Amino acid sequence: MVLPKVNVVIVGAGAGGGVVAKELAQAGLSVVLLERGDWPRYDEHNDDELCSQRTPVLGNPFGPDDRRYRRVVVNADGSTHIVLPSDGGYNNNAGCVGGGTASYGAMGWRYMPQDFRMRSTYGEVEDSTLADWPISYADLEPFYEKAEYEFGVSGDYSNNPFCGPRKNRFPMPAFPYNKEARLFAAATTRMGLHPFPIPMLRNSVPYNGRPACIHMRSCVGFACPINAKAGSQNTVLPVALATGNCEVRTGCVAAEIVLDDRGRARGVRYFVAKNQGQEQPADLVVVSASATETARLLLNSKSKLFPNGAGNNNDWVGRNLQGHCYVGADGLVEDEIYEEAGPGACVAICDYSHGNPGLVGGGMLANEFIPLPYLFCNTRPPGEPRWGKAHKDFQRRYYKRAIRIMGPFQEIPNFNARVSVDPAVKDAWGIQVCRLSGSRHPYDLQGGDFLSKKAEVIIKAMGATRVWRNGPSLGLSGGQHQAGTCRMGNDPKTSVTNRYGQVHQIDNLFIADASLHVNNGGFNPALTIMALAYWVSNHIKIGWKGSQFR
Amino acid sequence: MKQDTQDHAQPVELPGVSRRSLLKLAAVGTLGIAAGIGTANRIAHWIHTEPATYQFFSEAEARLLIAICEQIIPRDDTAGATDAGVIFYVDRQLASVFIRHQQTYRLGLESFRKTCLQVYTVSFEQLAFGRQTEALRLIESNKAPKEFWGGRSQSAFFNLVLDHTRQGFYGSPRHGGNRDYLSYRMLGLAYPNLIGQNRYAAGQPV
Repeated sequence: MVLPKVNVVIVGAGAGGGVVAKELAQAGLSVVLLERGDWPRYDEHNDDELCSQRTPVLGNPFGPDDRRYRRVVVNADGSTHIVLPSDGGYNNNAGCVGGGTASYGAMGWRYMPQDFRMRSTYGEVEDSTLADWPISYADLEPFYEKAEYEFGVSGDYSNNPFCGPRKNRFPMPAFPYNKEARLFAAATTRMGLHPFPIPMLRNSVPYNGRPACIHMRSCVGFACPINAKAGSQNTVLPVALATGNCEVRTGCVAAEIVLDDRGRARGVRYFVAKNQGQEQPADLVVVSASATETARLLLNSKSKLFPNGAGNNNDWVGRNLQGHCYVGADGLVEDEIYEEAGPGACVAICDYSHGNPGLVGGGMLANEFIPLPYLFCNTRPPGEPRWGKAHKDFQRRYYKRAIRIMGPFQEIPNFNARVSVDPAVKDAWGIQVCRLSGSRHPYDLQGGDFLSKKAEVIIKAMGATRVWRNGPSLGLSGGQHQAGTCRMGNDPKTSVTNRYGQVHQIDNLFIADASLHVNNGGFNPALTIMALAYWVSNHIKIGWKGSQFR
Repeated sequence: MKQDTQDHAQPVELPGVSRRSLLKLAAVGTLGIAAGIGTANRIAHWIHTEPATYQFFSEAEARLLIAICEQIIPRDDTAGATDAGVIFYVDRQLASVFIRHQQTYRLGLESFRKTCLQVYTVSFEQLAFGRQTEALRLIESNKAPKEFWGGRSQSAFFNLVLDHTRQGFYGSPRHGGNRDYLSYRMLGLAYPNLIGQNRYAAGQPV
């Protein structure tokens, strides 16, 4: 069935799609936003660790489900196995209105100026596709600010000398430190480092009609019961809906971007649960479905001019999949350090984000979110018994006396870490699924090792008696920080879109999510996805006024 | 309230939970709750809602698995896996979201049963506690005789049971285990959340 034409159809209501829907609806365009999941509901998933997006042992509370979705992972020896969304190997983010922003930890980082100029700063890295972004930090700065003000970020950078220039302060004051953060701040200050509060997409004071945070321990992995945590679902999307120009269609699974023989996007073919496929025609198509699913949708959109998938004539769609090489250290202290007030993570340093002698890039280090009791079973020094009375003794003795300092080491892009579509395996709608293959760049072992050693030194300085490191591994990396699969660039031969997220050779097809990231910074990516979506939207609005797309 | 609990408890046989431990549990629970939440009522609630029979396990499989789980998280001065009802968690999940693990349990429990009989000449449940620990260490490290395992990994089976035992012990009671948040009490964790959750749950303006 072909539906009445609209101006824009957007695929995916996460950090990117929410912004684009709001910006274009406000500009007067008619917008249909397709989302495979549903609106997130707090009450169905309240404080239940086994149904948390962080430990989804009984399934992902904010999608996708294990019943209808699957992926294929290529093993090191070339054999394959099928993974379900609740398996770690699936590299899931989320599948609901709000996407990852409905249940994330809500760190609101800007990338640093060097993150946009990695190749110029560090030179070539062997066997890597490390490059500069086609845009600079300065290009994105106004859009970072817009994201900080429209979503709402609490922060204070007065003690962070490493951040890029900012025109304005954060819209809300920073959250206070907890006990662990006070120890961290004291120790790092003594070491000559520069601790400061983590910028959070979470209200420290009432803001934009939403209340201040009530500090639940179960925050990351859960939706916020009072909407103090900012996501697309409680910020930009309500604004988009209020314009009357935007329709959010939930339960809609995109199968294909329909391209005509002249190479223009005609709309999106999608499925509604149990229904036959339908087609939503539009002047413009925007894909913001996450680095894995955006790549899959493009690859599944074959046409006369693009026989290998939309925008994929140079085989760059799905390449350079990256997340973060999360490393750090754990330590145990004598006195109770646990505080009932969540979510835990509140202090960080950027001293090791760049400028590390002999290294390419780096990462921030921060204290961790409160681990709930099941997750804490994995917090053990090497050689510690996993079960029996020793297990209970450790839980009882150390649940409230453990420190964790972690950080995302910036991964070096690897062309062979990739998303393709599996030739045989299909989802419940008969759409070919993601096939994940490759691994991190070997360089990440070196960098991750460096950062975890720094975390170890800090934890010792915090007074921990027993300290151990969580070092890097080489596995394929995507997960909630997935990025890089449709990178932006000036040269169509080595990128998928231009600097505005416009797919090369398909003028009315845009991408607005972390797929665009040329590299992924040493930070959580949410705010950068939002800022890029404002940037892309701005370009679309200018083009729309000039009738470029009609 | 305590009287009420005992009245409900008397006629019911819970698989894997002796009446003595249940009453002990009730007493601990009643004393342990500061916030005036109806622990005894909740105990009565389990008695009425928990399955009298298993959805997946046979009685014999359940007895063996209960003994394994009790090794993984044993009772000492605080509750163990049996008290927490870990078996009900695993059983319920195997009949629903863990269907893909059914064969691993069915075959693994049978292999382990035969292995114990061969190595120790008695069943796992009849072994002294220390011997049980030793038997599990054998399969944890893939060092038990291989003949009953048909090429399947002993440690993979053990690791699955270990993980599910932790889930049943620390997860939300609504999935069948962690009876009355015993593990949260063991860790000194308030439930419901003292901060945040109760303000929301009480429906008060924030």
